[in-house]
Amino acid sequence: MNGVHDMGGMHGLGPIHHEKNEPVFHEPWEARVYAITRVLRAGGGRQNLDNSRHLIELLPPAEYLRMSYYERWLARLLNQIVANGVITRAELESGHPAPGSPKATPAVTAAMVPAMVTRRNSARRDAAVSPRFKVGQRVRARNINPAGHTRLPRYARGKHGVVSRDHGVFLFPDTNAEFLGEKPQHVYSVRFTARELWGEHASARDFIHLDMWDDYLERA
Amino acid sequence: MTSQDGPVGRRGFLQGAAATAAAMAAEAQVAHTQAPHDHDHDHQAVPSDLNLRVKALESLLVEKGLVDRAALDAVVDTYETKIGPRNGARVVARAWVDPAYRKRLLTDASAAIAELGYVGGQGEDMVVLENGPKVHNFVVCTLCSCYPWPILGLPPVWYKSAPYRSRAVIDPRGVLREFGVELGDDVEVRVWDSTAEVRYLVLPERPAGSESMTEDQLAALVTRDSMVGVGKVSVAGGPS
Repeated sequence: MNGVHDMGGMHGLGPIHHEKNEPVFHEPWEARVYAITRVLRAGGGRQNLDNSRHLIELLPPAEYLRMSYYERWLARLLNQIVANGVITRAELESGHPAPGSPKATPAVTAAMVPAMVTRRNSARRDAAVSPRFKVGQRVRARNINPAGHTRLPRYARGKHGVVSRDHGVFLFPDTNAEFLGEKPQHVYSVRFTARELWGEHASARDFIHLDMWDDYLERA
Repeated sequence: MTSQDGPVGRRGFLQGAAATAAAMAAEAQVAHTQAPHDHDHDHQAVPSDLNLRVKALESLLVEKGLVDRAALDAVVDTYETKIGPRNGARVVARAWVDPAYRKRLLTDASAAIAELGYVGGQGEDMVVLENGPKVHNFVVCTLCSCYPWPILGLPPVWYKSAPYRSRAVIDPRGVLREFGVELGDDVEVRVWDSTAEVRYLVLPERPAGSESMTEDQLAALVTRDSMVGVGKVSVAGGPS
């Protein structure tokens, strides 16, 4: 979707604030939101990483820009647990479980956390899919504007680049985010000159590399 | 009902949170189906005390049997004390002292990093980019905040911020200058936008004057910023 999250190349968003000796979490609630999200995610259900990213993108644009990173996580968490029926709106409003509601067993205990954080959950797929493009080949990023989730930023659409690496086969976020299947395909690193992306005033010595799925590319 | 609620109780705090969630869910739905979105209604105010609200949410989830408080503590402790940029620094120091390791790191980063025991979510498929006198790499995620958690931990605020995400790709040298990295015109700059599930680690240049240092001493020099590519490593320990 053409949302405010797709901010590569935007102007006017202010200076970069670099904090010395920054803590991992600035407030206890940030740590708790992160941890709750991780353990609920480990519990399974109708969710995946691409869908989770999309839920952040669906926050109203003004809210997205106003919120801190972990405020977005909290908003997503609340939306997700209500939408998935994990918690009812009445329970959120009262702060207590509905009378007579069944009590679950936590999917993750403290003893399971070390395994949870080191578990590999790669999006790489062992599927026999042929690459449509070769390293060294000149390609064009397609000019597509899907209303749903995509990982093809606006600033690269329609632009020419060169395939610099083939990363192998990965599931496709555009369909996976909507639970429409994994559609495994090759992902390439595509190298664009800064001048192709931003025009003649960009440095001739600057290059931007984007990772792109086969479906995002066409022959140049 | 439970003593930890305190005198105020959790009801009031969660009402706000629920209203926020409901409003957001409704708006997200609207935004998804009919743009542009009309702002003819009031938005929920910024939650006044997120610590209390999230505490109330956590208590509810614990009472429902959905989360275990000790597990939450363990997750927080893991990312506050165990998984962070010191892991990446060990990888970099090993690559500086062991040419065979460096070669493995540059050809199959996931396996080479796993040799040191650093594995897990958001680090399954790694690529290492080597900085040198004529090539400078740095990493951004313009679409969200993708970052190699197992070796660098959770990303700093600036990495997740709109200013960094928007500018890194259109003004790379200006961004690097703000971090104190001045590059000559003869240096090629490569910006890596983490748009897929590959995660990038920058292997910074080994600093002059470090020739006699041990691997442990070298690891102590390596900063998080240098491994994102927005800093350089120096023996004096310059700006991070």
